[in-house]
Amino acid sequence: MSEWIYVALFIAVGLIIPIGAIAAGFILGPKKPNPIKEATYECGVEPVGEAWIQFKPQYYIFALVFLVFDVEAVFLFPWAVKLGQLGLYAVVEGIIFVSILIIGLVYTWRKGMLEWL
Amino acid sequence: MNSELIVFLVLSLVAIATALGMLFSKNAVYSALFLVLNFVTVAVFYLLLGAPFLAMSQITVYAGAIMVLFLFVIMLLGAENLKPSNALPWQKPLAILLSVILGVEATYLLLARARSSLSVTSPDAALNTMDSLRNMAETLFSQFLLPFEITSILLLVAMVGAVVLTRAEKGAAK
Amino acid sequence: MDWTMWVEWIVKGFVLCLILLTGFAYLTWYERRALARIQVRVGPNRAGYQGLLQPIADAVKLIFKEELTPGHVYKVVFILAPVLTVVPSLVLAAVVPLGTSFNLFGREITLYVADVNVGILYLTSIASIAVYGIVLAGWSSNNKYAMLGGIRSSAQMISYELTLGLSFVTAIILGNSMNMIDIVNEQRGLWFVVIQPVGALIFWIATLAEVNRAPFDMPEAEQELTAGYHAEYSGMKFALFFMAEYQKMIVISMILATLFFGGYLGPFVDQVPLLGPVYLFAKVIILLFGMIWVRATWPRIRYDRLMSFGWKILLPLSLAIAFITATGILLADVLNNQLFFWSIPVVSIIALLVAVAFIYRDLRRKSHGRI
Repeated sequence: MSEWIYVALFIAVGLIIPIGAIAAGFILGPKKPNPIKEATYECGVEPVGEAWIQFKPQYYIFALVFLVFDVEAVFLFPWAVKLGQLGLYAVVEGIIFVSILIIGLVYTWRKGMLEWL
Repeated sequence: MNSELIVFLVLSLVAIATALGMLFSKNAVYSALFLVLNFVTVAVFYLLLGAPFLAMSQITVYAGAIMVLFLFVIMLLGAENLKPSNALPWQKPLAILLSVILGVEATYLLLARARSSLSVTSPDAALNTMDSLRNMAETLFSQFLLPFEITSILLLVAMVGAVVLTRAEKGAAK
Repeated sequence: MDWTMWVEWIVKGFVLCLILLTGFAYLTWYERRALARIQVRVGPNRAGYQGLLQPIADAVKLIFKEELTPGHVYKVVFILAPVLTVVPSLVLAAVVPLGTSFNLFGREITLYVADVNVGILYLTSIASIAVYGIVLAGWSSNNKYAMLGGIRSSAQMISYELTLGLSFVTAIILGNSMNMIDIVNEQRGLWFVVIQPVGALIFWIATLAEVNRAPFDMPEAEQELTAGYHAEYSGMKFALFFMAEYQKMIVISMILATLFFGGYLGPFVDQVPLLGPVYLFAKVIILLFGMIWVRATWPRIRYDRLMSFGWKILLPLSLAIAFITATGILLADVLNNQLFFWSIPVVSIIALLVAVAFIYRDLRRKSHGRI
């Protein structure tokens, strides 16, 4: 448990640095805003509308396949640690687990969902 | 009052506050961010209980993968500020009923626990070893082998389902 | 735990952060000088001896710059995003051992922040949190380029995170532990890069994509996206994104050195523990030069090919590598035959060659639709 207190302390220290940097920039930098400066950058032309519009929602499939394989990777971590003791039996278990997921990957691939167009 | 209890109480407040923040944010992205914070607090609860593996998996899978998926969907759809126009008429009564059931259940469990002599002791530092992880892996890959393999089928179904839904959408757009 | 412990760990945290910050400042100098050498230029050499004061001059300039917050942004998230990008890049270093421990005024000072049993899982969880900074920066800017850049960048990061995770699995199998210190100690006889050269290579490619370095610096492609997710950022907040990228380069090189190149190990490190950080530093410098070299010589990969490469080549390859390693080690163990152990690098290199053949075949096609 105490090791995690050190990690927490380190994260706290790590938070101070960016916050301090932003504060320093805020205090020391000049501030002379005007509406033209504040306009959204769109290569020099007047910005058209907002950016919060609908993009191609099909891309969510990447996030979903990522989620599936991320869960798989988390399951493989204890598997990898225990491998030495569990023996070849464990390798077979792992191969079954992964090959079921690979079926999904191949299916997604064949249906053309892994193309970023 | 020991320090662990103080940490627990503070974290509980954070967890409740972030949950409420998630419910009451008008903007869907803010809701998602509150939920991320909530997941991270839950991960710290796991750490307090001496389950670092579970804590880190919680962050990797929930905060890191599921919420990224949510954010992706919200952003790609441009659905940050959707009006709650299409609430179904039976949603509200059902929600109230379910929350009452949950409340009664939680109270009962709390009281039952308080009466039992079961005391929760915090695990000691010995858990910070590879052996504790190996024991967990041992259980997972022998006793719970079938659920483990079924998980992969569940994940497969999720993938196939998403592909089918996306393709249906694509077909409709054409 | 007495108060001296607290002081010790806070000081240690600050020292590590300062090392990373200085490392960031001088990595920019190192990169500019090395790039200039490769391109037959001189590079920054005016400020101080050999331009060594250049990073300080840059930092001073950035602090005194006007910080623009464009109208029509989500202000809170806009300010939060650079913080969320920098913090993961720093705290990744918490579980990386710089050495064993040394004696200071009778106190045993360990050369790492934390020795946790789930060290590698900690790395993956922090790496997965790092996506938020970038995606939120793109979203809160209310700029179409930033938005597209943020989405592209996060999609790229999550795609290569899988490969990263599976390379971690390979290292765990070899080290038989999830603790970084155990993994280093396991390499006393033989660095893991000898047993699994392909694993190290895949890890390195995935880290290039993770930190958005060339040739995977698509999210910031100037021609298409002006600057990607940080198009609207200026002054110190821009510097923080820059800082995060370079710190991540350093930390991830430290991780690569720890997992595959023996970490702090080297001659006489057991007698003189303070040599540990020196060896690690030398290894990190060499690995960083590799990253800079790639940037100087490789053109940027088109985005759809980058995604195809990640999903269709690297992910299956890294899965294959993990299982080749597992099978090889177990066969060598069960049959008590070292031949199987040494078949791991051979079979892995064959798998790599097959993957390269696939890429080559696809690049020769007229249409580059599918890899």
